[in-house]
Amino acid sequence: MTREEIIEKVADTLSEEFEVEKDVITPDAVIYDTLELDSLSLVDLVAVVQYTFKVKIPNTDLPNVKTFNDLYDYIESHQ
Amino acid sequence: MENRVVITGMGIWSCLGQTLEDVRQALYDGKSGIIFSQERKDMGYRSGLCTHVPMPDLKKKISRTQRQFMPEEAMYAYAATEQALQNAGLDQDYIDSHEVGIIYGNDSAAESTMNALDRFREFKDTSACGSGAIFQSMNSTITMNLACLFRLRGINLTSSAACASSSLAIGNAYLLIKNGLSDCIITGGAQENNPYVVASFDGIQAFSTREDDPSKACRPFDKNRDGLVPGGGAATVILESYEHAVRRGAPILAEIVGWGFSGNGDHISTPNVAGPARSLELAVKNGNINPADIGYVNAHATSTHAGDGREAMAIKQIFGDYAVPVTSTKSQTGHEMWAAGAAECIYSMLMMKGGFIAGNLNFEEPDEETACVNVIPETIETHFDMFLSNSFGFGGTNSTLIVKNID
Repeated sequence: MTREEIIEKVADTLSEEFEVEKDVITPDAVIYDTLELDSLSLVDLVAVVQYTFKVKIPNTDLPNVKTFNDLYDYIESHQ
Repeated sequence: MENRVVITGMGIWSCLGQTLEDVRQALYDGKSGIIFSQERKDMGYRSGLCTHVPMPDLKKKISRTQRQFMPEEAMYAYAATEQALQNAGLDQDYIDSHEVGIIYGNDSAAESTMNALDRFREFKDTSACGSGAIFQSMNSTITMNLACLFRLRGINLTSSAACASSSLAIGNAYLLIKNGLSDCIITGGAQENNPYVVASFDGIQAFSTREDDPSKACRPFDKNRDGLVPGGGAATVILESYEHAVRRGAPILAEIVGWGFSGNGDHISTPNVAGPARSLELAVKNGNINPADIGYVNAHATSTHAGDGREAMAIKQIFGDYAVPVTSTKSQTGHEMWAAGAAECIYSMLMMKGGFIAGNLNFEEPDEETACVNVIPETIETHFDMFLSNSFGFGGTNSTLIVKNID
């Protein structure tokens, strides 16, 4: 999957799952704030990324995935 | 001292409609909610007969985070309960300042459990199940969700007793209020209506295969019945002590005057006559009811050979020479299983209030066993002030409610 495809798919998937507008998902936006995550819905973020991109984000890596740009990077380098 | 227990609110989410008025009209008109699903056939079902129950749109009412905990059946239950609370004039301010409880019938969480475990097995990772899976996949999912959403601080209990789940929920709520342990309880039942919950039920060849004409498929008490049709939805009734209802100026619709229950102590799926008969007998005895005062029996009859025949004989045993009018609303709705007892209580209430008995669809000719009861084949306009509603389930669990009108 190219980076452009990853960006598009992240926007499609996460906007639907977390019920936010697609245009709020921008490279520099902070994921926790944009998706209004709490400790439970963070599990959903990991699960959605896992079954959409077949990429598992372990707990140890989560602190490094702050913005959507970080997420694109993570998926691109682990797919 | 024992309390009188009254019904002050009702809410319904059914294949016949999603408002009390629509459902009342559908009952009166003899509308069938039964459809044929090609999707089920393609999945491998022996019978594609089922019902369509729309999913309530709760996006504007409940946050995404809270909806994550709710499977289909909890959404139906929320919609029915919201109506019932409104019907009873119970607002959130009142609930916040009083102890209102919930006892709700539910006996599965199949689709949500399946989805979570499919992901767990595919990814070999528990977090792949998602955050809502644990809360969605327990039998008590409805009571745990509704108790949080409506901020209920009274009893919080799920009644799981197969197809008698919601009748027994109402019965137990009645008992707690009658004995002064609770003033007000939200009760009822819900049934998920997806293709997964009843796949194994289809597998034991319990369903009608009269697929060429779905509206003719469910024919309780009829000689040519060939099995039940699975359905779903939710039904909620608000029970209160009479004093509590009067104190808060609630609309008092009816009174529960008798509850009976029993176990067959016999076969897991084949019913007998003695068990159901003891449930009816106990309801009549506990309520000190003269059976001749009961104007209508809403039968459990699901359209199976063994079940309908044995229920007919149990009814005959209690009512004797009195030819009480009997119908099974499952002829219109299919078998709403965990929700059936509560839904059928509401259908009977709508008939009692509306002055009619909805005809038992497709009853053309009885067989030797069902000929002993007075099945009403078409809607009649009539007045009655008391009805009896039966619910029986796998494992031989039986429950019978008797409800009296209050104008």
